[in-house]
Amino acid sequence: MFRVLRRHMKVFRRVWWTNTMFNFLEPILYMTAMGFGLGAYVQNIDGISYAQFIAPGFIASSGMWASTFECTYGSFVRLQFEKTLHSMLAAPLTVADVVWGEILYATVKSFFYGTVILAAIALLGLVQSWWSILILPFLALPGMVFALLALSFTGFIKNIDHINYYITIFSTPMYLFSGIFFPLDSLPLFGQAAVWINPLYHSVEVSRALVLGHVTSALLPHVAVLAGWVMVLGWLPVKLMRNRLLS
Amino acid sequence: MSIVVQARNLMKYYGGFQAVKGISFEINKGECFGFLGHNGAGKSTTMRMIYGLSTVQQGSLTVLGEQITLTPPRIKARMGVVPQEDSLDPDLTVLENLEVYGGFFSLSARESRQRGQAWLNFMGLEDRGDVRVDSLSGGNQRRVVIARALINHPEIVVLDEPTTGLDPQGRRLVWQKLRQLKEQGVTLILTTHYMEEAAQLCDRLVVMNDGMILAEGHPEELVQQHVLPYCIEVRLPMELIPEDLTEKVQASGGMVERMADGLFIYTEEGQTVWQKLPEWGLTQRACYLRTSHLEDVFLKLTGRREE
Repeated sequence: MFRVLRRHMKVFRRVWWTNTMFNFLEPILYMTAMGFGLGAYVQNIDGISYAQFIAPGFIASSGMWASTFECTYGSFVRLQFEKTLHSMLAAPLTVADVVWGEILYATVKSFFYGTVILAAIALLGLVQSWWSILILPFLALPGMVFALLALSFTGFIKNIDHINYYITIFSTPMYLFSGIFFPLDSLPLFGQAAVWINPLYHSVEVSRALVLGHVTSALLPHVAVLAGWVMVLGWLPVKLMRNRLLS
Repeated sequence: MSIVVQARNLMKYYGGFQAVKGISFEINKGECFGFLGHNGAGKSTTMRMIYGLSTVQQGSLTVLGEQITLTPPRIKARMGVVPQEDSLDPDLTVLENLEVYGGFFSLSARESRQRGQAWLNFMGLEDRGDVRVDSLSGGNQRRVVIARALINHPEIVVLDEPTTGLDPQGRRLVWQKLRQLKEQGVTLILTTHYMEEAAQLCDRLVVMNDGMILAEGHPEELVQQHVLPYCIEVRLPMELIPEDLTEKVQASGGMVERMADGLFIYTEEGQTVWQKLPEWGLTQRACYLRTSHLEDVFLKLTGRREE
């Protein structure tokens, strides 16, 4: 799978600048519009300014979008249109090599985009603690979860337009109800329980705690749930893609 | 001579559809072995089973001495594959494509670039290494795919319709390169629906139709076995052909085949029969005399089945 990752990184070295600029602008726009615009009407949340509250969440959400887009549109194009994955399989690689190459690449991208946002909010003066450095290794975990989810969906669909369903039905609700924009204790009780299955919620909680320097054992369950997602889903994309790639 | 690929009663089902219906063949080291057939005859399915994109369901397939269900990486490492569709990586340049592909065979970047450049030179593309794949013509892309298949110095190269979509010059260039490879001792396995390609390249071939092998042999042997040496094509609509023609041809020792909406007279003695055509009610202007070739065998074997 590292041989496959080598191919992806070669492509990434060519496109990272244009890719990053695009992906970097959007969270910054949100942060400015909501943090400084909407934030003017919000007194503070849990003792911090609204801009300070939402900024760390964008590290997590950028990571989610990067991983999600790579393993939906990116993987689907390589699978269905470019046949890049088939030609890899004619080389001495297995389906697992190819699939985990996709997942690792999405994880690397997730890490990269999250890191860029972390750097940006640090420049805006919104990073309070050196603990935030720990976000870097942490980003790999949700990055992998979103890659596994997205690639499982991609292994399932036959038409590129169906990816819209994934974005609308899964990614957007995960984004809105992740605790980036408002504390989730304002939700009814069943809503507060439901967010525990949302991987982005855990990623946001950990990112925010590290940025603010609130490091306690309360973070461990969040990490555990994300690790649980990896364990539960780890086998699924390989199985689905085996059906798609081999006949 | 040692056998590099052996199939025994090989079958493949897709749901209820049987794509390959129990075929057997042997491919010797160093030869060029062809699968000739229509689209959908089962050629590509057989190829995919050999190079590891399809599993063997029934029967046995042995590749490089190992019986396989799904060709494992250690066998694929000794093989080169030119798939039917040009699956070059459009995000990379030509040489990067080769470099990355070499990486899949655990070659270092430097080694794969060197080998890649050498194979590009071999394919006559020495100055195209730095261009993007999509700026190449179809023929040149095909040549890059062949160069890519050679990056690991394979013992066997599988080519699934290597010249489909190429212009005549491009096709001849590819043939020339494949012959050179064979000279170097590489075993070539190819599928094609071009008779000329099969006749030009193959030491032995099988004619496939509807998932079955109908005939096997050297192209010239097949012509000798299945049709008479001369062919007269009668280029007339069926209603203008005299009704008693078949009897007259047979009386003279020839054979008549109706296939693909045309009528063909096969005979031992081309000139003699040619002279008799006016007598039989056919004008020579509407007919064409030539020696028989592989296409006649192919039409005879596969054409009848569709009637």
